[in-house]
Amino acid sequence: MYTERNRKNLYDDKIFSSCAIFGMINLKGERFTSKEPVRAVSCMRERGNGLGGGFAIYGIYPDFKDTYAFHVMYMNTRAKKRVERFLTRNFRILLSEEIPTENSDVILDPPIFWRYFLEPLPPRLKDERADGDEYVVNKVMKINAKIRGAYVLSSGKDMGVFKGVGFPEDLAEFFRLDEYKGYIWICHARFPTNTPGWWEGAHPFNILDWSVAHNGELSSYGTNRRYLEMHGYKCTMHTDTEVIAYAFDLLVRRHKIPVELAAKVLAPPYWEEIDAMEPRKRLMFMALRQVYRSLMMNGPFSVVVAHHGELIGLTDRKKLRPLVMGVEDNVLYISSEEAAIRFISPNLDKIMRPSCGEIIIGRLERSRVMEIPTFTRMVQIK
Amino acid sequence: MRSHLLPEYIVERDYTKCTRCKVCIKQCTYGVHYYNAVKDTIESKSERCVNCLRCVVFCPKEAITIKRNLNNYRENYYWTQETITSIKRQAETGSAILTGMGCDKPYPVYWDKLLLNACQVTNPPIDPIREPIEIRTYLGRKPTRIELEINSGDISLKTDLAPNLCVEAPILFAAMSYGALNLNVHEALVRAAIECGTYFNCGEGGLHSNLRKYGNHIIVQVASGRFGVDLEYLNAGAAIEIKIGQGAKPGIGGHLPGEKVSEDIAMVRMIPAGTDALSPAPHHDIYSIEDLRQLIYALKEATEYMKPVSVKIAAVHNSAAIASGIARAGADIIVIDGFRGSTGAAPRVIRDNVGIPIELALASVDQRLREEGIRDEVSIIASGGIRSSADVVKAIALGADAVYIGTAALVAMGCTLCQRCYTGKCPWGIATSNPEIAKRLNSADAYRRVVNFMRAWSIEIKEMLGAMGIDSIESLRGNREQLRGVGLTERELRILGVKIAGE
Repeated sequence: MYTERNRKNLYDDKIFSSCAIFGMINLKGERFTSKEPVRAVSCMRERGNGLGGGFAIYGIYPDFKDTYAFHVMYMNTRAKKRVERFLTRNFRILLSEEIPTENSDVILDPPIFWRYFLEPLPPRLKDERADGDEYVVNKVMKINAKIRGAYVLSSGKDMGVFKGVGFPEDLAEFFRLDEYKGYIWICHARFPTNTPGWWEGAHPFNILDWSVAHNGELSSYGTNRRYLEMHGYKCTMHTDTEVIAYAFDLLVRRHKIPVELAAKVLAPPYWEEIDAMEPRKRLMFMALRQVYRSLMMNGPFSVVVAHHGELIGLTDRKKLRPLVMGVEDNVLYISSEEAAIRFISPNLDKIMRPSCGEIIIGRLERSRVMEIPTFTRMVQIK
Repeated sequence: MRSHLLPEYIVERDYTKCTRCKVCIKQCTYGVHYYNAVKDTIESKSERCVNCLRCVVFCPKEAITIKRNLNNYRENYYWTQETITSIKRQAETGSAILTGMGCDKPYPVYWDKLLLNACQVTNPPIDPIREPIEIRTYLGRKPTRIELEINSGDISLKTDLAPNLCVEAPILFAAMSYGALNLNVHEALVRAAIECGTYFNCGEGGLHSNLRKYGNHIIVQVASGRFGVDLEYLNAGAAIEIKIGQGAKPGIGGHLPGEKVSEDIAMVRMIPAGTDALSPAPHHDIYSIEDLRQLIYALKEATEYMKPVSVKIAAVHNSAAIASGIARAGADIIVIDGFRGSTGAAPRVIRDNVGIPIELALASVDQRLREEGIRDEVSIIASGGIRSSADVVKAIALGADAVYIGTAALVAMGCTLCQRCYTGKCPWGIATSNPEIAKRLNSADAYRRVVNFMRAWSIEIKEMLGAMGIDSIESLRGNREQLRGVGLTERELRILGVKIAGE
C-alpha cells in the first residue's frame, strides 16, 4: 500500500493534486445544512476524480462548545486501542463515540471513524507548561507521527473534518452530513495526479480549528516543511497542504500576526513593490518577508482556510489557480468556479475575482466582508 | 646539482606561421620564449612553461601550441607523474611544494551527482522573461518572530530588525587580499559588486584608500595577521568578516613574501615595506569559542552594532558542531569554505589533503542548526569551488543563503588556472603586484567581464527557478525536495538529505 511505502521513507514526501475548493460562511453566524455546499462542490465534479473529498464544518457541536473535538481515523482496531490509551493518559474524555456513517456502494473499504470530546488533564497541562491549544497541537503531532494507522483528522472546538476517498457528494452521504448544521462549510474535491487516493491524504487538513482546502502544488514545500519542523510541527500526512494549516497556526495563533498580514507572508508583495512603499509600511513588509521568508508559499495555489469566525480565500501571487468570491445577503461564497456559486445562489449580489495574492476574508463578528488593498500586482522585471 | 625534473609542457611553434613579431616574448612572464639573433628565429625553453596560454591567446598568427610533455615516467597507477616529480623537486630544493588555486584532485564532486527538479503538468513552470522571478537575498541575523502592536486598526512593528546585507543575486565576491591581487583587480571587483548589487570582500590585506569610497559594497576582513585593521577600516565596510580558516589551507596561516610587499601594499597592510607579511595559523587572541565571542562583540562594539559580523571557517570534519558554536557566539553570518576553495599560495600537500567537500559540510551544518532551532539566527554562505550557476542553485537548495565566488570571477577576468599565483608573475596581471605585469589587467575591461558573467548567472538562476515553479529564491533555500541524487550511497544521500533520482 502506498501509505506503508511512504511511512518507511526517510525523507520529505509530498503528493501532488489538483482540485476543486469551495467555502461558505454565514456572516451572522446562522447555521445551515449540507444541502448548498454539497450541491456546489458536486457542480465541480469535473475538477475531482473521485479519489478524495472532504468537508470541514464549524458550529456543529454546540453541546460541546468548549471541549476539543477530535475526529480520528483508524486503519485497524489496534491503532484505536493505542490512541485511546494515549488519550486517557492525557485528557478527560467527555464523550467517545463512533462517527455515524451510512453503508455505501461507492465508498469502498472505509476505515473506522471515531470522535472524542476532550479536555486536557490540568496536572498534565501544568507539567508541560503549555496552554490548552499548545498541548493539543503536541498531542496531535504525537499521535500522527507515532501511532501507526491512526490519524487525527481534526482537533478544534465545535468543529469537525469529514473526509476520505470518493467524490465529495458520496462522502457527504457516507458521513450523513445532512444531519449536521454549521455556519462555515469548506469542501474539497480531489484529483490526485500521481498516486492512488488514500484516506488520510484527503482535504481539508486541520490543526486545532484551522482547516485548509487547497488546490495546487507547493514547489516551496521542502522549505516550508523544514521551517515548520524547526518550530515543532511534524508533517506526517505526506502532502503539501498540511504546511498551510501549520503556517496559519504558527503565524496567527502563536505569533499573533493578523490574518491579513499572515496572508502576506504566504503570498508576499514583490521586493520592487516593497521598495516603493512609504517607509513605515515598507519596514513592516520587509520585516515580514525577511523573518518569515521560509513560509512563503511558492507554486500555484488557491486555498480556502477556515477557523472560528473567519473564512479566508487566498491565491498565490501569480494566481496560477482559480478563485472567485460571491456575496448574497449574509453569505460569502469562495469557490474554484463561479458556476458552483451561481448554481446554489442564482441571485448573487456581487461576484468578484480576487487578483494575485489578494486575500478574501469573511469575518463573523463584523458581519461584513473585509478586504485589504492589494499590494501584489504583476510587475515587469528590469 | 643538475635538475632531474622533466618539463611539464612542450612549446611547439609553427615556423611557417611565426613572423618573429616577439609578442610571445613580451607576454611571457616566465621567460619561456627568446629571440635567437643568430638564426633569426624565436625559440622556447619549455621547462619554464606553466601552460598559462598567455602567448597562445596573444600570438597574432596562432603559431604556438602548448602540449603536455609526452616524455613521462613509466606508467604507474600508484606512483603517478606528480608524486615522482614532487619527490624529485623536494630532493633538489628541500622545501614544501607550493601551489596556487584550489584542490585539483579527482575527489568526488557532489554538485555533479545532484540533479534539479522541473515542473510538468501539475504545476506550471514560470518563464523568467515574462514574469518576475526574485533572487534578492538578505544576509544576517533575523529575529525568530515578529511582534506587532495593534491599536485600533493601526499596526506597527515592535521588533527591531538586525542589520542585514542585501544582495540582488545570492552571489558575493570572496575574500582575496590586496597583495595576493593588485589594485586593478580589486577595483574591477568592487565596481562589479556595485553594478550587480552585491558585495566584495577585500580579504585580509587591508583596504586601499582609493577603494574606501565604495565602502558600502565592501566586506572588510579581520584575519590572524590583523593587517590594516583599525577603527576606520572596520567602519569603512558594510560588514566585517573574521577569517578563522580557508578551504584551500585549513589550519594554515599565510605568508606574503617580503619581495611582494611594495610601498603601497606595506602602507595598506600597516607593515614596513619589504618585510614578510605573516598571518599566524591561529588568531593569537582566539584559542577557543569564548574568545571568538569576545572578538565578535569587540567588533560589534567598535561599529556600534550597525554591521553584521561574519565568521569564515574551512569545511572540516566537525564543521556542524563548530558552526553551531559560532552561531551561539553571536555571529550573524557563517561562511563555510570547502576544500576546493582557492588560494594565492598554499603547501600543495595541505591544499590537496585537508578539509572536506563543501556540499557535505553545508548539508550537515544546515541540518544541525535546524535541529538546534537556530538556523534563522544566522545566514550561511557556502564557498569554495562554486563553478556555475547550477552549483549556486544546488548550494541554496541544500541550505545556503548565498555563495561566495573567487575563482569564477578571476576566470572571468582572464585567469586560466595555471596554479602559479604564488610566483607573483601571473601573466594575466591578476595575482601579481609587479606594476609592469599588473597593468596588463585593464580594470574597466575586467569589470565589464565580471558584470557580464554575473548577469549571465543571474539569468540562468532565474531559468532554473522558473523551471522548478519557484518565483523567489527564499522558497529554494533548504528545499532539498528539489534535488535528487545519482550515483550516491545511502549514507551520502542521508547526509545530503536528498532522495535518489526516481524516488
